[in-house]
Amino acid sequence: MTAMTSRFVLGASLAGALGAMAVTPVMAQEMEKCFGVALAGQNDCAAGPGTTCAGTSKVDYQGNAWKLVPAGTCMTMDLPAAEDGMARSGSLEALERDVPKA
Amino acid sequence: MTALPPHLPGLGFKPDHFAAIRAGAPGIGFFEVHAENYMGAGGLPHAQLAAIRADHALSVHGVGLSIGGARGLDRDHLARLRQLCDRYQPESFSEHLAWSSHGAEYLNDLLPLPYTEETLQLVCDHVGQVQEVLGRRMLLENPATYLCFAQSTIPETDFLTEVAHRTGCGLLLDVNNVFVSCTNHGTDPRRWLAGFPLHLVGEIHLGGHDTEDLPSGPLLIDSHGAPVADPVWTLYAEVIARAGPLPTLIEWDNDLPEWPVLAAEAARAARILATGGAGLARAS
Amino acid sequence: MHAHPDFLAHFDAALRGGPLPAGLTARDAAEVERRFAVYRNNVAVSLTEALATRFPVIRRLVGAEYFAPLARLYAEADRPKSPVLAEWGAGFAGFLDGFAPLSAYPYLGDVARIEYARGRAFHAADASPVDPARLAAADPGRVRLVLHPSVALLGLTHPAVSVWARNQPGGETLPLAAGPQTALILRDAAFQVPVQAIGPGDAALLRAVLAGACLSDAAAAAQRAEPGHDPQPLLVTLMRAGAMTDATE
Repeated sequence: MTAMTSRFVLGASLAGALGAMAVTPVMAQEMEKCFGVALAGQNDCAAGPGTTCAGTSKVDYQGNAWKLVPAGTCMTMDLPAAEDGMARSGSLEALERDVPKA
Repeated sequence: MTALPPHLPGLGFKPDHFAAIRAGAPGIGFFEVHAENYMGAGGLPHAQLAAIRADHALSVHGVGLSIGGARGLDRDHLARLRQLCDRYQPESFSEHLAWSSHGAEYLNDLLPLPYTEETLQLVCDHVGQVQEVLGRRMLLENPATYLCFAQSTIPETDFLTEVAHRTGCGLLLDVNNVFVSCTNHGTDPRRWLAGFPLHLVGEIHLGGHDTEDLPSGPLLIDSHGAPVADPVWTLYAEVIARAGPLPTLIEWDNDLPEWPVLAAEAARAARILATGGAGLARAS
Repeated sequence: MHAHPDFLAHFDAALRGGPLPAGLTARDAAEVERRFAVYRNNVAVSLTEALATRFPVIRRLVGAEYFAPLARLYAEADRPKSPVLAEWGAGFAGFLDGFAPLSAYPYLGDVARIEYARGRAFHAADASPVDPARLAAADPGRVRLVLHPSVALLGLTHPAVSVWARNQPGGETLPLAAGPQTALILRDAAFQVPVQAIGPGDAALLRAVLAGACLSDAAAAAQRAEPGHDPQPLLVTLMRAGAMTDATE
């Protein structure tokens, strides 16, 4: 398709698109309803961290990220092999030898 | 600029409680926010703060100026603080006698400083600079500390009094911090309070602490994650009996409870305020 | 007398594991180390929790026990440069890309890019939606659409949008994609920050609009990237989200 013909073909569809865009965005009253209520697990993370002016008695976990093996959902998610050509299991132990001591 | 209301206690505003607050927050005299959490350009934080501010008195409480640092204040940060105060016109702005940045790095904790002639001058310079840039009087808060310094030559209460005299700032009295520090250092909180200029206090903070046991006795951690402890309520009532009603904030920042739990803590402070320090009744 | 800068430098070095600064005292002198540990712990835990708040999917992917020491390493390598913690973490994606022990999970950096971009969108400046009537009358060959400041496009090497979506509440059974993905991130009128994967046509259209092209030039760019591309669904999505804030001719 040349630029000229594509422009011609697009003309009608764009006019239609602009018409279809005359939809109303979420209205103010719906917004008022929403803005106190974060979807669980949605907004709280986007909001990001807040500051603290308090101390904590939770103790920092003194593990070693060089030695530990992840134990979250990444262990159960098999991306298609084509993704990076690597097998999903058995690779972590092998990595330790390349890694500096913490 | 009007002051925070002294007769009804305030609460820290947390987004989790927005809906409950909008449904009515009877008995709450003001809300307090950390300045640094409202320094984004826009979005939900500002929409919520504007809605809260429209209905309530507001205290902006900074945690990131590092007034006890050595490098001079962060001018960009000070400018953002100015913008925030201009936008929301809070009844009060307060910060801490502590440092939290070193070099260009921010440590996200309120760290202690020795009290010397050198640090006194530094803190006075910084407080003066804040008041000049913001065009308002600020309140300086006493810290909770876990260590002392052999270098210190000035008692904490004298240090705070002198900063207030030299700069004209007011003081924020954190009664829990007094109890935490004095317990940790084996000193008497009543003696500390006897040496503290209550007439310069513009706001009181009451928060909860955690306790760890060391061989020499309890080590208290200022965790803001628990109800205000009974001995702190007692000290608070004694302060109110001496000074009369003062704007009082319940601080609860970690392991945040449901709104009614906070409202009950506020109600306990309200009874003490209403009875001039005699209302030491339990919650409920 | 300028002892304070030295004091701060020593204290800070001790927070990072160096020897304690001189002059510390406590009720029992033997407890000085234990008491200083309260400050070390406050800094480590508060920064770890700050990072976990901003990168909840990374935390879920590697697990909480792994995330804590990972966050500590990152915090030591790239401390916050400002007390506005919402701005911290820009370097976390690159840190993950280069973190050898996690090289079996090469998509983690891209997932972190999505999470950081969501935070930026959440805090982006406000802008009101354009009056729809102005669009209906617009000439596609002249009209330039202005998008909300929160709108961001991320070109990702890995199918990280699908990984992110799988780790949202209720997303456990969503399919995983293969190959690179382009993420569209915006803050809608109700302050939610959805993430969606878009195709090459939509991506080209948005890039052209963001670069200031008129609508028909943007649509032509989309055609080149994806023959037969229909711009309408994306434009309606943006409009409904309140992400179309102006139309100039």
